[in-house]
Amino acid sequence: MTEIDVNKIIKGEFSWKTLPPAAMVKVPTSLEYKTGVWRIEKPIIDQSKCTKCLLCWIYCPDMAVKRIDGGSVEIDYEFCKGCGICAEVCPPKAIKMVEE
Amino acid sequence: MSELKQVRKIALTGDEAVAYAAKQADVDVIAAYPITPQTIIVERLSKYVADGELNAAFIQAESEHSAISICLGAALAGARTFTSTASQGLALMHEVLHIASSMRAPIVMAIANRALNSPLNIHCDHSDVMNARDTGWVHLFANNVQQAYDLTLMAFKIAEDPELLLPVSVNLDGFILTHSVEPLEVLSDEDIQRYIPHIPYPYRIDFDRPLAYGVMALPDTYMEFRRQLYEVIAKAYEVFRDASESFSNISGRLYNLITPYFVEDAEIIVVALGSTVETLRYIARKFRERNVKIGVVGLTMYRPFPEKEIANTLANAKCVAVMDRAYSYGGVGGPLYTDILSTLYKNGIRTMVADFVYGLGGRDFKLMDAEELFNKLVKSVEVGRFGQDIYWWGVRE
Repeated sequence: MTEIDVNKIIKGEFSWKTLPPAAMVKVPTSLEYKTGVWRIEKPIIDQSKCTKCLLCWIYCPDMAVKRIDGGSVEIDYEFCKGCGICAEVCPPKAIKMVEE
Repeated sequence: MSELKQVRKIALTGDEAVAYAAKQADVDVIAAYPITPQTIIVERLSKYVADGELNAAFIQAESEHSAISICLGAALAGARTFTSTASQGLALMHEVLHIASSMRAPIVMAIANRALNSPLNIHCDHSDVMNARDTGWVHLFANNVQQAYDLTLMAFKIAEDPELLLPVSVNLDGFILTHSVEPLEVLSDEDIQRYIPHIPYPYRIDFDRPLAYGVMALPDTYMEFRRQLYEVIAKAYEVFRDASESFSNISGRLYNLITPYFVEDAEIIVVALGSTVETLRYIARKFRERNVKIGVVGLTMYRPFPEKEIANTLANAKCVAVMDRAYSYGGVGGPLYTDILSTLYKNGIRTMVADFVYGLGGRDFKLMDAEELFNKLVKSVEVGRFGQDIYWWGVRE
C-alpha cells in the first residue's frame, strides 16, 4: 500500500525510492497535511464581542473555524492558513489578525 | 521426442491480426476515434463487440485526445485497455501519452505508422511514433503481420507486469503491414488466457481503498517522480525477456530485443525498424551468396533502447548504415541515427556511420532500392568513408 508521511516530505526526508509510485497516495491527505504552518498572521477571537452570527464559519475556505458549545466559534490553528477572511467579514470586528 | 503441436494458420491483414490478438486478449475497454486517420483495427474490434464475440466496452470518442484519456481512466480502474491510432491521431494524443506513462497506466496501443501533415499524406513513415519517442512508453516494432499479432499479445504481458505497469505501443508500418494480407499462425484462446490472465491492477481505483491520482508535485518532489519513471522503464528489458520466453512456450516463436541477421562476421551492418528489416534481410542474403560480409539488425524494442545489445552487435563493424523513416528537422540526423551515434560513442566504438533517410510519406523502399543501397555501402567501405553523413535516399534531386 502506498503510504506517505507528509511531515517527512516537508522536511525533505525522502528519496525517489520512498515516494509512492506515480504519486498515487492514500487519501485523505488534507487531514494529515497541517497547513497551519503556512500562517504568518493568526486570527484571535474576542468572545465578548462575538454575536454568534457564524459568518466566519461560513466564509472560512479551509473549514478551520469550528463551532463550539454555546453557539460560538473557535479557530483550528492546525489548519488555519491565516488568510484573514474571517476577520474581514466579522460584522462586530470580533476577530483580529495578530502576527505569529 | 518433442511433442508435435497443431498450429492454426490463417491469412489476415496486419490490421485484422492486431484486432484478432486484442480480441483473444479479452480486452475490457476499447476507446477510439473512429474516422481518419483510424485503421481497420478498431473497425474489426467494434464488429467483434457488436456481434457479441467480445465482451468489452467499445467507446467512441470525439477525438484521439479523448480516446487516450478514456483509456487512461479505464486502465487505472483496472480494465484491460486497448486503442489504436496513427499519424495525426497520435499527435493529438501527445499530451496524454506522457500522463499515461507517468501515471503507470498499462494501456496497449497499436500504431499504424503513418506520415504527419503537411502536405497531407496518409502513407507509411515513422514520424508519428518518433514524435512520441520520449513519452515514457515502451515502443515495439513489428517486421511482418505475424509479429504484429505476436507483439500485441506480448504487449499486454509486458504492460501489465506488476514490476513495470507502463503503456506499450505496437508499431506496424501503415499500409505495408496494416493492409497487406499475410499468412500467420494464431494461438488458441485457452493458451492466450493462460499466457495473459487478467490480474488486478495494484493501484486500481477502488472506493474501499481510495487513492489520489495525478496529484501536483512541486519543485521539491517532481524530480523524484520523474526519476521513478527513469528507473522503471529500464525494467522493461527484463520484463520483455520474461514475456518473450513464456510466449515462446506457447508459440514456439522467441523474440529478442533486437534481431541480428548475418552479423557475426559482418563488415557492413544496416540498422532499421519495421517492415524494411525484411526487405534488407532478403537482399543481405543475396549479397552473402556473393560473399559480401553484410548484416542487418532490426530493433523489436525501440524504447527503452537496447543499447547494450546494439553496442555488442556493432562493435566490430567497419561500416554502419542507419535507416530512418522519420527526421529530426534541424537536428543532427534522424532519430534512430542519433540513438545509434550515441550508443557507438558511449561504448567507445569508432566506425564509419551514415544516416539514410528513406520512405517518407509511403515512398516505397523496394528490393532494388535495398540492392542499390548495399552497393553504395560496399563502395563506401572500399573508399573508407562516406561522402556525407546524411543521405536522403530515393529523393528526386
